Amino acid sequence: MHVEVRGLNKHFGNFHAVKDVSFEITKGHLIGLLGPSGGGKTSILRMLAGLETPDAGEIVFHGQVVNNLPPQERGIGFVFQNYALFKHMTVYDNIAFGLKVKKANKSFIRDRVMELVELTGLKGFEKRYPQQLSGGQRQRVAFARALAPEPQLLLLDEPFAAIDAKIRQELRSWLRELIERVGITSIFVTHDQDEAIEVADEIMIINQGRLEQKGTPWDIYKEPKTTFVATFIGESTLIENAAELKGFKPAEDSRSTKALIRPEYIEVGDRQEFKMASATEKGIVKHLQFRGSEWLVEVEVNGHKLVTYRSLEKETLQVGQEIAVLVHRAYLFNDERSWIQENSLKEDPMPVYI
Amino acid sequence: MRRLWIGLTYIVFFLLIAAPLGKIISNAFSQGLPGFRDALTRPEALHALMMTALVVVTVTVLNTVFGIMTALYLVRAEWLSSRLKNLLNSIVDLPYAVSPVIGGLMIVLLLGPDSALGAVFEHIGFNIVYAFPGMVIATLFVTFPLMVREVMPVLQEIGGQQEEAASTLGAYGWKTFWKVTWPSIQWAVTYGVILTVARSLGEFGAVLVVSGNIMNKTQTATTLVYQDVENFNVTAAGGVALVLAAFSVGLLLLMEWSKKRKEVR
Repeated sequence: MHVEVRGLNKHFGNFHAVKDVSFEITKGHLIGLLGPSGGGKTSILRMLAGLETPDAGEIVFHGQVVNNLPPQERGIGFVFQNYALFKHMTVYDNIAFGLKVKKANKSFIRDRVMELVELTGLKGFEKRYPQQLSGGQRQRVAFARALAPEPQLLLLDEPFAAIDAKIRQELRSWLRELIERVGITSIFVTHDQDEAIEVADEIMIINQGRLEQKGTPWDIYKEPKTTFVATFIGESTLIENAAELKGFKPAEDSRSTKALIRPEYIEVGDRQEFKMASATEKGIVKHLQFRGSEWLVEVEVNGHKLVTYRSLEKETLQVGQEIAVLVHRAYLFNDERSWIQENSLKEDPMPVYI
Repeated sequence: MRRLWIGLTYIVFFLLIAAPLGKIISNAFSQGLPGFRDALTRPEALHALMMTALVVVTVTVLNTVFGIMTALYLVRAEWLSSRLKNLLNSIVDLPYAVSPVIGGLMIVLLLGPDSALGAVFEHIGFNIVYAFPGMVIATLFVTFPLMVREVMPVLQEIGGQQEEAASTLGAYGWKTFWKVTWPSIQWAVTYGVILTVARSLGEFGAVLVVSGNIMNKTQTATTLVYQDVENFNVTAAGGVALVLAAFSVGLLLLMEWSKKRKEVR
């Protein structure tokens, strides 16, 4: 279903948890609400579900304001962080609950539950109680239970937080596939950026109650709109004064311009490896760490520590070795604005045409 | 040393429980089985036991309903400010701290014939003090914390998420209570019911003050025992006391059983 939120605000006592959040979600999309813990993501989700009442703002489903509808009437499915399975009911009864409440007829309930049991790979577990299931299985039950009454919108609160890393990986792709197959508009909350990037069609970054940016994972990664987004997504090193970096002398007065540099913006190696050697700076390898598929290189340039990765195919560096460092681009920001800038020395000032 | 402590424990146990119980039994049967039967089939004894039964049943029903409701509101209600909740929470414990006699006295002062409220009720022909309603109120006062204190921790432990989940699945209040909340708290409630029955069965002080101990009218089993002792009718006192003690033992066994169920859940 098409979801629209306008000017949403929520206070808990003196704490302003959600600040003027507005967004729109297209039918059928899978949205990730991403941000640090305590940033207001769960509050937004709970307000969408009707479990929390907004102080101001409108929630619109299908062009209809639903602010005054109780959760029972909103046609949503909610998956809780700790699943909140009915622990005195079997898997079958858990999944059937929403249908029984709606007084669907018995044979329909049976068919629907068995269909979901099949879909979620829980066949053979219908008679078990939640305590007799593993974390991943419980998650699937919670998921099937939420889907059973055929909701228009699926809300998931940190759906993988309580599952160990390996199974989480499997469940993520499973969930993604399943949501695609069912074709239901879904919003999930997470504080794990890998999860959001991997699963979501679109990400909304929420920080301190504010919606910082909304866009596809790639757009957000490529073009962070705010400083928070730039620091939050990906790894990065902060340089207090951007002018100290070679090739980033900003045109305007710039004492206060700072730079964020991601590992993949940096290239390191012997001076001869670079086409434009003049754009490089001298650096000293401070630390090397083997990361399985590449080297993590910590290099000191003009007193700044920069972090980057280096392919295993290239010649192995030594700690203390003097190398050339090229910063391809940086995310620059000051009090007024922020922008991405390419290294100005990378373009050959005096190209030689043959 | 250890043996000494064990021995001491046994002696204390014997002096405090076994010996008095033995004495009650021997008193009850001091005139043989017919004496015991006569003590119980006296009209005032039958009436007193019936009064006790009526009070126990009424109080248990009321206390169960209101106790569960209070516990639910204290734990779940978001529209109550947390300060108010804390205040109510401490008031629930008041009967633990106040002597039952004082509790009874408060009811007499508030609702007795000399008070404004009492006069109003008397005018419409509804006596509270020195009548059945007063005895129920007094016993309710004494037993009120028992149910609340049993149910509240369980509600806190299970949290509100299962109930929220039920609401997102379309279930309203009653359905959610019976299908989701009740199965989780039922053993705590059972335990609370047993405690309430035991406490109201044995309640003496508050009831004595409120009921006026009028024979064949407001006299309960405990106040009858008191009166029999005053009249040096030891056999009769022992007989009624033995019936009460038997019930208590029965309740104790039930309590153990329900405690086990409560833990297993």
